[in-house]
Amino acid sequence: MLNTAGAPVVEARDVTVAIGGRPVLRGNDLVVREGEFVALMGANGSGKSTLVRALTGLRPLTQGSVLLFGTPLHDFRARHRIGYVPQRGTATGGVPASVREVVASGRLTRRGLLRPTSRADRAAIADALEVVGLGDKAGDGISTLSGGQQQRVLIARALAGEPDLFFLDEPTAGVDLPNQQALADALRTLSGRGATVVLVAHELGPLEPLVDRAVVMRDGRIAYDGTPLSHEDVHGHHHPVDARHDHVPHVGSPFDTLAHDHREGDR
Amino acid sequence: MSLTELLDLLGHDFMQRALLAALLTGLAAPAIGTFLVQRRLALLGDGIGHVAVTGVALGLLTGTSPTWTAVVVAILGAVLIEVIREQGHTNGDVALALLFYGGLAGGVLITGLAGEGAASLQVYLFGSVTSISATEVWYTAGLAVVVLTLTLGLLPQLFAVASDPEFARVAGLRVRFYNLLVAVLAAVSVTVAMRTVGLLLVSALMVVPVATSQQLARSFRATLLAAMVLGGLAAVGGLVVSAWLSARATVAPGPSIVLLALAMFAATWPVGVWLRRRRRLAEPFPIVAVDAPDSPDAHGVAGHDERAHDHRHDHEHGDDCGHPAVRHGDHVDYVHDGHRHAPHGEHYDEH
Repeated sequence: MLNTAGAPVVEARDVTVAIGGRPVLRGNDLVVREGEFVALMGANGSGKSTLVRALTGLRPLTQGSVLLFGTPLHDFRARHRIGYVPQRGTATGGVPASVREVVASGRLTRRGLLRPTSRADRAAIADALEVVGLGDKAGDGISTLSGGQQQRVLIARALAGEPDLFFLDEPTAGVDLPNQQALADALRTLSGRGATVVLVAHELGPLEPLVDRAVVMRDGRIAYDGTPLSHEDVHGHHHPVDARHDHVPHVGSPFDTLAHDHREGDR
Repeated sequence: MSLTELLDLLGHDFMQRALLAALLTGLAAPAIGTFLVQRRLALLGDGIGHVAVTGVALGLLTGTSPTWTAVVVAILGAVLIEVIREQGHTNGDVALALLFYGGLAGGVLITGLAGEGAASLQVYLFGSVTSISATEVWYTAGLAVVVLTLTLGLLPQLFAVASDPEFARVAGLRVRFYNLLVAVLAAVSVTVAMRTVGLLLVSALMVVPVATSQQLARSFRATLLAAMVLGGLAAVGGLVVSAWLSARATVAPGPSIVLLALAMFAATWPVGVWLRRRRRLAEPFPIVAVDAPDSPDAHGVAGHDERAHDHRHDHEHGDDCGHPAVRHGDHVDYVHDGHRHAPHGEHYDEH
């Protein structure tokens, strides 16, 4: 449901981002309210990932402002309130790491320096692994898991800090259907607990029933913001007419031209 | 050299100092090395070592303690490498290469200017037991304790930053600070290891024990702790070997320490290969969905082949038949000669 009553969690005004001098996002306004499940959609290069990176502070803004929970981004210290799931491929390093260790690093937002893990920390880590359905894999090496399972570990890592707001960058890209389903189940649990979710997706797949609101990006601007569109609306051809259009000037009788008029009139 | 002579040699003051320095070095170098390997910067220690040669030469030229000039120059070099890498103007490995050659060439040139020969530099390049004074052992111990306290104390933060810097930044960690800290700690451990392993071989003590321990360990913490144990063993063992050989020939401790560490790697590598193979075999088979028509090898229901198997079986598959038993949905498959056998009445189905 579009939640117009909840408090704004993300307020982006006139967000403009240039990468290497080239504008990638141009003057975007976006307000996400508490409890919403927003999908950022659009083609490759449309700026949807950049928008999420701008909202998390990973990309500096060239213009505009971002407020998280009412606080400007550069003053925002309550980092435990946001959970970020980056695009996959960052889960493994040069040294083996267990699933539990990776998930535990998501708990750092709530742990002080030089403190051992408390009982609450361990409970949150175990709970995060349960939510993504990997409770039995905690001791396994992260590199022994499949791609879809690694993606779920990254979600558990974001979850371990018990945040109120999630940013997910293409969580379903390159993930097989059963794992997408497991991902959707985890996100449904989160959403049910009242979390606000902003996710970047190329295709929604099993996530479709969860999405309250779709924001479609095109060429660095928000082109659509509202209830989710069907696949055909986003990817289908916008001109429903399949009339051929010749590049050579049409030469024919006046009646021919009249016959075409009702089709081409909309262009 | 007989055993009594060796024990006699080990009883000397200078030898005990050297053993203590070697042990601390062997513990500290792999601890920081684990983070370098995690960030795929295994050669950073080598680059810093080369830069530190210039620092040693500056010490020789100015007549100050080469340890301290090496610490200062190595830290500057490490910070420079980190900055170049972070700014991304040059590839990380190209930045390393530039400092490698600059540091080594500068060191040899300045040593020449100081009127010293290659022999005085050799002590720092490949380590030397006898050159360690009592005060230097205390410096070494102090620096090693600093490195160990910071790496072990900040392990969760350093792990998070090393494995996923973007996530760490969103989580509010000061990524640049931690990256610089790792670089500075690496520089400090390079100079700590200078007197025992030597600058040209120090990186081996940072990387080889990590490579050894990750053959067997499954978690980051286990890898780090095992690498520290292996590093300590290699450093002390290598030093004793070089002392033992010293009756017949002059052997610097650096090469013997590194070769011992490499021997440990060579010994565990086959075990690692075997463990990984066993783990892969024991991985449960996925249950193939029934409605997967485009899967080319989906014959019948759930990829199940009812044909009676044409191998002659001289045994029943069971707990101790020697074939890995792997979970597959609600039953167990036995991996047999590249096939998956599922017991079915009198025969085995191919799964």
